[in-house]
Amino acid sequence: SPGTVLETHCTRRQNISHIRFILIQNRAGKTRLAKWYMQFDDDEKQKLIEEVHAVVTVRDAKHTNFVEFRNFKIIYRRYAGLYFCICVDVTDNNLAYLEGIHNFVEVLNEYFHNVCELDLVFNFYKVYTVVDEMFLAGEIRETSQTKVLKQLLMLQSLE
Amino acid sequence: MPAVSKGDGMRGLAVFISDIRNCKSKEAEIKRINKELANIRSKFKGDKALDGYSKKKYVCKLLFIFLLGHDIDFGHMEAVNLLSSNKYTEKQIGYLFISVLVNSNSDLISLINNAIKNDLSSRNPTFMNLALHCIANVGSREMAEAFAAEVPRILVAGDTMDSVKQSAALCLLRLNRTSPDLVPMGEWTTRVVHLLNDQHLGVVTAATSLITTLAQKSPEDFKTSVSLAVARLSRIVSSASTDLQDYTYYFVAAPWLSVKLLRLLQCYPPPEDGAIRGRLTECLETILNKAQEPPKSKKVQHSNAKNAVLFEAISLIIHHDSEPTLLVRACNQLGQFLQHRETNLRYLALESMCTLASSEFSHEAVKTHIETVINALKSERDVSVRQRAVDLLYAMCDRSNAKQIVAEMLSYLETADYSIREEIVLKVAILAEKYAVDYTWYVDTILNLIRFAGDYVSDEVWYRVIQIVINRDEVQGYAAKTVFEALQAPACHENLVKVGGYILGEFGNLIAGDSRSSPLIQFDLLHSKFHLCSVPTRALLLSAYIKFINLFPEVKGTIQEVLRSDSQLRNADVELQQRAVEYLRLSCIASTDILATVLEEMPPFPERESSILAKLKRKKGPGNLHLDLDENRKERSVNGGTADHSSTTSNAKAPMPPQASAVPVLRSAGPLFQVFASPTTSTDLLGLGSTIATQNSAPPASKGASLLVDVFSGNTAAFPVETPVAVGPVADENFSRFVCKNNGVLYENQLLQIGLKSEFRQNLGRMYVFFGNKTSTQFMNFAASVVCQDALQAQLNVHAKPADPTVDGGAQLQQILNIECVSDFVDAPVLNIQFRYGGTLQNIAVKLPITLNKFFQPTEMTSLDFFQRWKQLGAPQQEVQNIFKARHSMDIEVTKAKIMGFGAALLDGVDPNPFNFVGAGVIHTKTTQVGCLLRLEPNTQAQMYRLTLRTSRGTVSQRLCDLLSEQF
Repeated sequence: SPGTVLETHCTRRQNISHIRFILIQNRAGKTRLAKWYMQFDDDEKQKLIEEVHAVVTVRDAKHTNFVEFRNFKIIYRRYAGLYFCICVDVTDNNLAYLEGIHNFVEVLNEYFHNVCELDLVFNFYKVYTVVDEMFLAGEIRETSQTKVLKQLLMLQSLE
Repeated sequence: MPAVSKGDGMRGLAVFISDIRNCKSKEAEIKRINKELANIRSKFKGDKALDGYSKKKYVCKLLFIFLLGHDIDFGHMEAVNLLSSNKYTEKQIGYLFISVLVNSNSDLISLINNAIKNDLSSRNPTFMNLALHCIANVGSREMAEAFAAEVPRILVAGDTMDSVKQSAALCLLRLNRTSPDLVPMGEWTTRVVHLLNDQHLGVVTAATSLITTLAQKSPEDFKTSVSLAVARLSRIVSSASTDLQDYTYYFVAAPWLSVKLLRLLQCYPPPEDGAIRGRLTECLETILNKAQEPPKSKKVQHSNAKNAVLFEAISLIIHHDSEPTLLVRACNQLGQFLQHRETNLRYLALESMCTLASSEFSHEAVKTHIETVINALKSERDVSVRQRAVDLLYAMCDRSNAKQIVAEMLSYLETADYSIREEIVLKVAILAEKYAVDYTWYVDTILNLIRFAGDYVSDEVWYRVIQIVINRDEVQGYAAKTVFEALQAPACHENLVKVGGYILGEFGNLIAGDSRSSPLIQFDLLHSKFHLCSVPTRALLLSAYIKFINLFPEVKGTIQEVLRSDSQLRNADVELQQRAVEYLRLSCIASTDILATVLEEMPPFPERESSILAKLKRKKGPGNLHLDLDENRKERSVNGGTADHSSTTSNAKAPMPPQASAVPVLRSAGPLFQVFASPTTSTDLLGLGSTIATQNSAPPASKGASLLVDVFSGNTAAFPVETPVAVGPVADENFSRFVCKNNGVLYENQLLQIGLKSEFRQNLGRMYVFFGNKTSTQFMNFAASVVCQDALQAQLNVHAKPADPTVDGGAQLQQILNIECVSDFVDAPVLNIQFRYGGTLQNIAVKLPITLNKFFQPTEMTSLDFFQRWKQLGAPQQEVQNIFKARHSMDIEVTKAKIMGFGAALLDGVDPNPFNFVGAGVIHTKTTQVGCLLRLEPNTQAQMYRLTLRTSRGTVSQRLCDLLSEQF
């Protein structure tokens, strides 16, 4: 089962850190975006999605925006009914990813003019484009909102 | 800016999504989806060619259906077609479909790669980026093979657009991560480093990630990046907050890039060049200074971005660990954060200070915050923050504050969250041992641990306290007195009974002079706990009793009476029954001298790393990457599990808690072997890295037991004693079926089904054992272990990975066995399974089909070669022949399959008689390789076979012949 594979320990220390996955979920646990930066099979993905939902939704404003997750950590932020979660290595910079989420949300907000959950549902294929502009190969690709929006509008104008 | 309208451009898609959203039930949704799938299928199959728009729309619908969690088994071809469209929107959907539904279909891969190739050379930056993103998202080996040369070229070409460079850099990073062997360094490396100077900060951002990853793998090649990174960082840090325009985020200049540059610098030691080093120190000071400036904005984004850079700078300062001033400043800054109103900052400060505590320059500075940290332990509302506080207390502990910290942790333990209790227990145990000035404090601390959190005190902890008491004379009397007092409590934890039983059994004499703790009172006290304890603890107590008989002849009669009672001598548990029988017998027949020798005080344990420390390390391995296991798994199957074998012992077993805790007892009976029997392998059970300790525990136990049986064989007939290992007959009905195959059902009864899947390569193998619970009730205390008996111990290593102790009704549990063949062998290991089903203990033993032929590597050879070697192996002991009657119908194809399944290469046209079969192969063992030739001559009229084996080792010939003869 995927669980046993994931639970197994591997003591080799590796500094190579990058985003393992990005998830956007609503409070009911419905996935609005799942972007994987590692190979997982479908069962594993489903398991991860459920686990992330379980650990994140029980937390409140008194808690940090970080939560240990298996041997990784989830950096997350809640916007209205949506949880934006990034899974990174334990040694990664928490605040940089926390603001990485916010930067991404501000771009979505601008691009969809006051983004709401439905925008992400109906335009799911565009959300992937936004993600790829800002995060690629598990790394932060572009952080300038101006540059990203300019590029997105240029793509928007193409047939 | 225009907003994006719903489902803009694809009305059909928006309608479909709305329909799905309106479905009231899962059934309705599935119905609607099936209708849509049928529609799309008919469109794709229809005679009319679809235009690009429709194709895009349908592919997009399929993607949506897939993302809802339904399987998609068509449409791949249409998606690939979209890749070659000239329209961006069509191409984009095509690429998205490919990226999300990665398909290893080889026909399509070449088509996809072809389309990517075209886009990469299109000189259209939009198309190039789509192609690069697709490679970066899929990152498959096929893509690495196809584009590992092209991507670096695009990255460093002079005329590549900035946004394409960004994508190319990260695409290359992904390929390097997934297939490093396919992405060799080249001329592009130096040019990549110079991207740190690029005018476009987005390019620098992407390039820094790439360089950091490459620098970690080959630091020497990227050394020049240090000075460039420092220069870049310096420019960012000293810029006015508006200088960087697009890259200023809430008044912070390029925070993400700064973080990445600081991380890149953490791949290297402090710069040797004084000027660069000075400039870097300046940067770090500036960052620390900025933390003290009043905020430019009240928004949390501002402070987060600023602090992201600050924390990374502190990480670099700690990494260099060379500038005392910076380290102390960092510590003071973190100290301020410890009391910040933001929980995030308090958490991060605790975490970061933990690493500062290990630097000699800042250790003292960290210690000044002890009161704040203790306060955090008591007042924080988020358990993860409290956990960090525990970590920090542990890290800042030294001889000067150990008593305070241990006391605080102990008192926190009483209210601590269940999830972190075990870890706190381990930490307290380690600190108490490490900083113990007098061992009475240590003993008190451990007993308090058991009192406050007995359930969380693992075996390692109580083993360790016993180990220490045994090794230190000065504390033995105190320990005996203390456990005696602790045992007076009406309800005490079973772990306390174990420690008490052990220590009184060894050192009860030291307090027996006091009439309040006379031998009889000690015995009565222990025995008053006996009936409430589990089997392993009772077993331990029985051993304490026999030790008492030696220490205190005056209670011998009382104890013998207890041992003689039906509840002991006829106990349903074999282990208890056996001990009672043997100990009673021993006490009756052995002279005082023999008794004194047999039950001598335990010898000191060899000092080595505390097994508790090893356990803590395992619990909190730094940066464990189990999500990365995909890669690891592959690596391992290639190497055949070398990593695992480092801890393999000849008798490796899955941990079996009950036996593990019974261990010290049998160890205490150790001298018995020396007196009565030839010396056996001595095993230290307490000191080792605990996995090994538990793994080792059972086999010596059984061994000891069976030796004891031998000693008293004349008298044991009345009470048949079974060793715990070979409980009941060993099932081997299906054993021979696995000689020529690796997968199948090995065993089945009404409760349990055992399936096997195995793979072998040279002298290594891996076996997946699947335990299926056929009932609807959970199996409790499930444990499965593998035993190699007698000679097999030295010939075959089988290492079982620990498996869950429960198997739910209807569920399947998987256990992995790593196998190493050391030398040729005959016997098969036994798989022992024990579990509790509805209150009764089930014992099952099955012969594991690990046979010598599994380590065959087939060898092809010509007729000439074959007969030459055949002649060379003509010595009488090298050949073994068997003539036997066929048990199955003599089908040629079946015979061929069996010989190949056996592992040898089937050599066609070698034997002059076309009806004969010949095979060849090499048996791989760790110590040697044995070439094997075989010849099978059927006689259909007589329904007989003649099988001849010739190998360079007589034992191998014999074993292979026996194994294969069974098959026909």
